[in-house]
Amino acid sequence: MTSKPVLYSYYRSSCSYRVRIALNIKGIDYDYRPVNMLKDGGEQYTDGFSELNPMKQVPVLIDKGHTLTQSLPIIEYLEETREGPKLLPEDPLSRATVRQVAEIIAAGIQPIQNLKVIRKVVQLTGREDVKPEWGNHWIDEGFKALEVILISCSGMYCVGDSLSLADVCLVPQVYNALRYKVDMEKFPVIKRINEKLKKLKPFIDASPDRQPDCPKGV
Amino acid sequence: TQSTWGGRGEQPHFVSLSLTMSTPILYSYYISSCSFRVRIALNFKKIKYQYRTVDLRSGENYKDDFKKINPLQQVPVLQIDGHTLTNSWSILEYLEETQSGLPLLPKEPEKRALVRSITDAIVSGIQPLQNVIVQKYIAVNFGAEHASPWTQHWIHLGFSKLEILLNNVARDYCVGDELSIADLCLVPQVYNAMKRFDVSIDKYPTIERLYNKLREIPEFIEAHPDNQPDTPK
Repeated sequence: MTSKPVLYSYYRSSCSYRVRIALNIKGIDYDYRPVNMLKDGGEQYTDGFSELNPMKQVPVLIDKGHTLTQSLPIIEYLEETREGPKLLPEDPLSRATVRQVAEIIAAGIQPIQNLKVIRKVVQLTGREDVKPEWGNHWIDEGFKALEVILISCSGMYCVGDSLSLADVCLVPQVYNALRYKVDMEKFPVIKRINEKLKKLKPFIDASPDRQPDCPKGV
Repeated sequence: TQSTWGGRGEQPHFVSLSLTMSTPILYSYYISSCSFRVRIALNFKKIKYQYRTVDLRSGENYKDDFKKINPLQQVPVLQIDGHTLTNSWSILEYLEETQSGLPLLPKEPEKRALVRSITDAIVSGIQPLQNVIVQKYIAVNFGAEHASPWTQHWIHLGFSKLEILLNNVARDYCVGDELSIADLCLVPQVYNAMKRFDVSIDKYPTIERLYNKLREIPEFIEAHPDNQPDTPK
């Protein structure tokens, strides 16, 4: 008897959001374990969680006895071990393009605007008001570059007309962009693709407001 | 020639130049850790390439000529098989999928995930935060005195977490006994930390052990910042 995969996630963590989308696209049912990243300094720093994941981050996916961390490796693992809709195309060049877009977001934008970095910036400056400025700046800069790349490689979706890992990374990043009041009118291709993706059920079901740990009224 | 990576029986061989393809071109800067990663991979895949310097120090990456090649204005860029590829991790995966030579990812999916987690911890978790652009922003907006402590903070945080993970899974290499892209990302990050940011790795014995072993391997040596065409005299 195989048990369901278990996903440790925070409703608003964009890395968790990516994995939720991927699990949904592949039709994988999973158990949701919330990790509150804000409460008492952050549950991800507790001894219990650190033992599970020394990186002290979500998402973590437990599947068939394996503990998997970091969203992109988790999604590549799902791609390799599960049937269901593919998130990477067949040909190596398209695969490289999908991964390039994913890397631009996952390595180029999100890490600079994530929670622990923002906390550090506040600590450094002693100013809470630096948060929106910082988040806005790095997403805006990153989207300028991403928009140029997408102009040349997008079709209906980020890379051509097939849904891919690139799209899985895009939506959570735009969610963050909107939180930081990034002017999406500057990025018409990103905006167009995001609007299309947001209407798809796997993306809707993965959205922060649909998660068990989303606070009421958010 | 004798394999130097644990005797897995891989026979090194040269990728012969195809009739339809020209020699790959790598746009690189000697001390860029992302470029360093790709240089190591090209060596393990026995790919001879043309080296094109992009002098980041003088801002050559921002010039129009280079912008035409990579609108992201970053190195490395690899032109291979008629394509232009950017972003080092996706380049490494492309090389793995298309080139013969030593495999740089294990076969088992859960081990591949582990290799990629370590890779990700470096590629997303550490390097972006010590990027020149971020440092400049910190210096300009918050004061130059903050730039260095900022980068050291993220390197130490990243290394301390990686140390725990590697202590559990590393043997001769980052993941067990097989060389992988995790090792290719570790060495440039450690070199960078020590050389450019004055970070000592003596608190990270597993990282130190792996680094000292890996940097003796010829493919790593050939790719080293000290040995590039644009290395300052």
